[in-house]
Amino acid sequence: MERIPILKMGEFLLVSIQVDMHDRLAMTLQEDLTTRIVSASARGVLIDISSLDTVDSFIGRMLGHVAAMSRILDAETVVVGMRPAVAITLVELGLSLPGIRTALNVEKGMELLRRARKENGRQFGEGPYVPAQD
Amino acid sequence: MPIRSDSDIVMIRQKTRVWATEQGFGLVDQTKIVTAASELARNALVYGGGGTVRLEALNDGMRKGLRLTFEDRGPGIPDIELAMKAGYSTGTGLGLGLSGAKRLCNEFDLHSTVGEGTQVTITRWK
Repeated sequence: MERIPILKMGEFLLVSIQVDMHDRLAMTLQEDLTTRIVSASARGVLIDISSLDTVDSFIGRMLGHVAAMSRILDAETVVVGMRPAVAITLVELGLSLPGIRTALNVEKGMELLRRARKENGRQFGEGPYVPAQD
Repeated sequence: MPIRSDSDIVMIRQKTRVWATEQGFGLVDQTKIVTAASELARNALVYGGGGTVRLEALNDGMRKGLRLTFEDRGPGIPDIELAMKAGYSTGTGLGLGLSGAKRLCNEFDLHSTVGEGTQVTITRWK
Protein backbone atom coordinates (compact mmCIF):
# COMPACT_ATOMS: atom_id res chain seq x y z
CA MET A 1 0.00 0.00 0.00
CA GLU A 2 1.12 3.55 -0.76
CA ARG A 3 2.48 5.35 2.33
CA ILE A 4 4.08 8.66 3.25
CA PRO A 5 7.45 7.93 4.91
CA ILE A 6 7.98 9.06 8.51
CA LEU A 7 11.59 9.80 9.50
CA LYS A 8 12.87 9.78 13.06
CA MET A 9 15.39 12.42 14.05
CA GLY A 10 16.35 12.25 17.71
CA GLU A 11 13.15 12.67 19.67
CA PHE A 12 11.27 14.18 16.75
CA LEU A 13 9.42 12.71 13.77
CA LEU A 14 9.70 14.28 10.33
CA VAL A 15 7.20 14.00 7.52
CA SER A 16 7.46 15.66 4.15
CA ILE A 17 4.33 15.34 2.04
CA GLN A 18 5.54 15.30 -1.56
CA VAL A 19 2.48 13.95 -3.36
CA ASP A 20 -1.07 15.13 -3.92
CA MET A 21 -2.65 12.90 -1.28
CA HIS A 22 -5.94 11.17 -1.85
CA ASP A 23 -8.16 11.02 1.22
CA ARG A 24 -7.31 7.45 2.20
CA LEU A 25 -3.59 8.21 2.07
CA ALA A 26 -4.14 11.19 4.40
CA MET A 27 -6.01 8.97 6.85
CA THR A 28 -3.22 6.36 6.70
CA LEU A 29 -0.65 9.05 7.47
CA GLN A 30 -2.71 10.21 10.44
CA GLU A 31 -2.84 6.67 11.85
CA ASP A 32 0.83 5.95 11.11
CA LEU A 33 1.92 9.15 12.82
CA THR A 34 -0.11 8.46 15.95
CA THR A 35 1.32 4.94 16.17
CA ARG A 36 4.89 6.15 15.59
CA ILE A 37 4.64 8.89 18.24
CA VAL A 38 4.05 6.16 20.80
CA SER A 39 6.45 3.50 19.45
CA ALA A 40 9.29 6.01 19.02
CA SER A 41 8.45 7.95 22.22
CA ALA A 42 8.56 11.06 20.06
CA ARG A 43 8.24 14.48 21.67
CA GLY A 44 7.56 16.39 18.50
CA VAL A 45 6.23 16.02 14.96
CA LEU A 46 7.24 18.22 12.06
CA ILE A 47 5.08 18.10 8.93
CA ASP A 48 6.47 19.78 5.82
CA ILE A 49 3.75 20.78 3.34
CA SER A 50 5.91 22.97 1.08
CA SER A 51 5.25 20.66 -1.89
CA LEU A 52 1.46 20.84 -1.49
CA ASP A 53 -0.16 23.27 -3.92
CA THR A 54 -3.62 22.65 -2.42
CA VAL A 55 -4.82 22.08 1.12
CA ASP A 56 -8.56 21.53 1.31
CA SER A 57 -10.77 21.03 4.36
CA PHE A 58 -10.02 17.30 4.45
CA ILE A 59 -6.24 17.74 4.64
CA GLY A 60 -6.74 20.66 7.03
CA ARG A 61 -8.83 18.44 9.27
CA MET A 62 -6.19 15.71 9.14
CA LEU A 63 -3.49 18.19 10.21
CA GLY A 64 -5.70 19.36 13.07
CA HIS A 65 -6.31 15.78 14.19
CA VAL A 66 -2.60 14.97 14.16
CA ALA A 67 -1.89 18.07 16.27
CA ALA A 68 -4.63 17.18 18.76
CA MET A 69 -3.64 13.52 19.03
CA SER A 70 0.04 14.28 19.42
CA ARG A 71 -0.77 16.76 22.19
CA ILE A 72 -2.63 14.05 24.09
CA LEU A 73 0.42 11.80 23.58
CA ASP A 74 2.75 14.49 24.98
CA ALA A 75 4.21 15.56 21.65
CA GLU A 76 4.09 18.91 19.89
CA THR A 77 3.17 19.23 16.19
CA VAL A 78 4.41 21.96 13.89
CA VAL A 79 3.35 22.37 10.25
CA VAL A 80 5.96 24.08 8.08
CA GLY A 81 6.35 25.43 4.57
CA MET A 82 2.79 26.43 3.76
CA ARG A 83 2.66 28.27 0.42
CA PRO A 84 1.21 31.79 0.51
CA ALA A 85 -1.54 30.92 -1.99
CA VAL A 86 -2.54 27.96 0.20
CA ALA A 87 -2.68 30.18 3.31
CA ILE A 88 -4.91 32.73 1.53
CA THR A 89 -7.21 29.98 0.27
CA LEU A 90 -7.48 28.25 3.66
CA VAL A 91 -8.53 31.43 5.42
CA GLU A 92 -11.10 32.22 2.74
CA LEU A 93 -12.38 28.65 2.98
CA GLY A 94 -13.03 29.34 6.67
CA LEU A 95 -10.25 27.12 7.98
CA SER A 96 -7.70 28.92 10.13
CA LEU A 97 -6.19 25.70 11.56
CA PRO A 98 -6.76 26.50 15.23
CA GLY A 99 -4.45 24.64 17.58
CA ILE A 100 -1.82 24.02 14.93
CA ARG A 101 1.61 25.54 15.35
CA THR A 102 3.21 26.66 12.13
CA ALA A 103 6.65 27.80 11.03
CA LEU A 104 7.94 29.17 7.75
CA ASN A 105 10.40 26.36 7.01
CA VAL A 106 11.90 23.14 8.37
CA GLU A 107 14.74 24.94 10.14
CA LYS A 108 12.41 27.32 12.00
CA GLY A 109 10.06 24.44 12.73
CA MET A 110 12.81 22.38 14.36
CA GLU A 111 13.80 25.41 16.41
CA LEU A 112 10.19 25.78 17.57
CA LEU A 113 10.00 22.10 18.58
CA ARG A 114 13.26 22.28 20.53
CA ARG A 115 12.12 25.43 22.30
CA ALA A 116 8.72 23.94 23.15
CA ARG A 117 10.51 20.88 24.53
CA LYS A 118 12.75 23.01 26.74
CA GLU A 119 9.85 25.08 28.05
CA ASN A 120 7.87 21.96 28.88
CA GLY A 121 10.87 20.52 30.69
CA ARG A 122 11.19 23.68 32.77
CA GLN A 123 7.50 23.75 33.48
CA PHE A 124 7.45 20.26 34.94
CA GLY A 125 11.01 20.21 36.31
CA GLU A 126 13.86 18.31 34.71
CA GLY A 127 15.18 15.04 36.03
CA PRO A 128 13.45 12.07 37.66
CA TYR A 129 10.46 12.51 39.90
CA VAL A 130 11.44 12.53 43.58
CA PRO A 131 8.59 12.36 46.07
CA ALA A 132 8.65 15.03 48.78
CA GLN A 133 9.95 13.87 52.18
CA ASP A 134 8.35 14.98 55.38
CA MET B 1 -15.12 13.28 -15.66
CA PRO B 2 -16.41 10.68 -13.24
CA ILE B 3 -16.31 11.05 -9.45
CA ARG B 4 -16.29 7.52 -8.12
CA SER B 5 -13.29 7.24 -5.81
CA ASP B 6 -10.90 9.44 -3.88
CA SER B 7 -8.31 9.08 -6.64
CA ASP B 8 -10.87 10.75 -8.93
CA ILE B 9 -10.84 13.74 -6.53
CA VAL B 10 -7.06 13.97 -6.98
CA MET B 11 -7.51 13.74 -10.76
CA ILE B 12 -10.12 16.55 -10.70
CA ARG B 13 -7.77 18.75 -8.68
CA GLN B 14 -4.99 18.19 -11.21
CA LYS B 15 -7.22 18.73 -14.25
CA THR B 16 -8.68 21.92 -12.74
CA ARG B 17 -5.16 23.19 -12.04
CA VAL B 18 -4.12 22.60 -15.68
CA TRP B 19 -7.25 24.34 -17.04
CA ALA B 20 -6.89 27.28 -14.65
CA THR B 21 -3.27 27.70 -15.71
CA GLU B 22 -4.26 27.60 -19.38
CA GLN B 23 -6.90 30.28 -18.72
CA GLY B 24 -4.12 32.49 -17.38
CA PHE B 25 -5.22 32.42 -13.72
CA GLY B 26 -2.66 33.65 -11.17
CA LEU B 27 -1.38 31.31 -8.49
CA VAL B 28 -3.87 32.40 -5.82
CA ASP B 29 -6.88 32.14 -8.16
CA GLN B 30 -5.70 28.72 -9.35
CA THR B 31 -5.42 27.52 -5.77
CA LYS B 32 -8.88 28.85 -4.91
CA ILE B 33 -10.71 27.14 -7.78
CA VAL B 34 -8.75 23.90 -7.31
CA THR B 35 -9.61 23.86 -3.60
CA ALA B 36 -13.28 24.57 -4.33
CA ALA B 37 -13.29 21.76 -6.91
CA SER B 38 -11.78 19.40 -4.36
CA GLU B 39 -14.47 20.23 -1.78
CA LEU B 40 -17.36 19.79 -4.22
CA ALA B 41 -15.96 16.58 -5.73
CA ARG B 42 -15.70 15.10 -2.25
CA ASN B 43 -19.27 16.20 -1.45
CA ALA B 44 -20.53 14.48 -4.62
CA LEU B 45 -18.65 11.32 -3.62
CA VAL B 46 -19.43 11.21 0.10
CA TYR B 47 -22.98 12.59 0.16
CA GLY B 48 -24.12 11.95 -3.42
CA GLY B 49 -22.63 8.47 -3.73
CA GLY B 50 -20.54 9.59 -6.70
CA GLY B 51 -21.31 11.63 -9.77
CA THR B 52 -19.68 13.61 -12.55
CA VAL B 53 -17.98 16.94 -13.12
CA ARG B 54 -17.88 18.99 -16.32
CA LEU B 55 -15.20 21.60 -16.93
CA GLU B 56 -15.77 24.57 -19.24
CA ALA B 57 -13.31 27.25 -20.28
CA LEU B 58 -15.19 30.56 -20.59
CA ASN B 59 -14.42 33.68 -22.56
CA ASP B 60 -17.01 36.47 -22.64
CA GLY B 61 -14.84 38.74 -24.74
CA MET B 62 -13.74 40.81 -21.76
CA ARG B 63 -12.38 38.15 -19.48
CA LYS B 64 -11.58 34.49 -19.20
CA GLY B 65 -13.06 32.14 -16.68
CA LEU B 66 -13.51 28.58 -15.62
CA ARG B 67 -16.81 26.86 -14.84
CA LEU B 68 -17.24 23.52 -13.11
CA THR B 69 -20.54 21.68 -12.89
CA PHE B 70 -20.86 18.87 -10.35
CA GLU B 71 -23.75 16.46 -10.61
CA ASP B 72 -24.81 13.52 -8.48
CA ARG B 73 -27.87 11.33 -8.25
CA GLY B 74 -27.75 11.07 -4.49
CA PRO B 75 -30.45 11.74 -1.90
CA GLY B 76 -30.46 15.51 -2.50
CA ILE B 77 -30.35 18.26 0.10
CA PRO B 78 -33.60 18.80 2.05
CA ASP B 79 -32.62 22.14 3.59
CA ILE B 80 -30.24 24.07 1.34
CA GLU B 81 -30.07 27.09 3.63
CA LEU B 82 -28.90 24.89 6.49
CA ALA B 83 -26.46 22.97 4.26
CA MET B 84 -24.90 26.27 3.20
CA LYS B 85 -24.18 27.29 6.78
CA ALA B 86 -20.49 27.15 7.62
CA GLY B 87 -19.85 24.46 10.17
CA TYR B 88 -23.02 22.49 9.47
CA SER B 89 -22.51 18.90 8.36
CA THR B 90 -24.64 15.77 8.30
CA GLY B 91 -21.46 13.75 7.93
CA THR B 92 -18.19 13.70 9.81
CA GLY B 93 -16.57 16.64 7.99
CA LEU B 94 -16.01 20.18 9.12
CA GLY B 95 -19.06 21.46 7.27
CA LEU B 96 -16.97 23.81 5.16
CA GLY B 97 -17.41 22.12 1.77
CA LEU B 98 -20.38 24.03 0.34
CA SER B 99 -19.97 27.32 2.18
CA GLY B 100 -16.20 27.30 1.60
CA ALA B 101 -16.50 26.51 -2.11
CA LYS B 102 -18.97 29.39 -2.47
CA ARG B 103 -16.56 31.82 -0.83
CA LEU B 104 -13.73 30.70 -3.11
CA CYS B 105 -15.65 31.43 -6.34
CA ASN B 106 -17.28 34.37 -8.07
CA GLU B 107 -20.52 32.59 -8.97
CA PHE B 108 -22.19 29.73 -7.18
CA ASP B 109 -25.37 27.95 -8.15
CA LEU B 110 -26.96 25.02 -6.35
CA HIS B 111 -29.97 22.95 -7.38
CA SER B 112 -31.10 19.97 -5.42
CA THR B 113 -34.17 17.78 -5.50
CA VAL B 114 -34.74 15.36 -2.66
CA GLY B 115 -34.57 11.82 -4.00
CA GLU B 116 -33.13 12.88 -7.34
CA GLY B 117 -29.77 14.49 -6.78
CA THR B 118 -27.76 17.67 -6.57
CA GLN B 119 -26.15 19.97 -9.11
CA VAL B 120 -23.59 22.58 -8.11
CA THR B 121 -22.07 25.03 -10.60
CA ILE B 122 -19.14 27.26 -9.70
CA THR B 123 -17.46 29.91 -11.84
CA ARG B 124 -14.29 31.81 -11.24
CA TRP B 125 -13.31 34.72 -13.50
CA LYS B 126 -9.76 35.78 -14.05
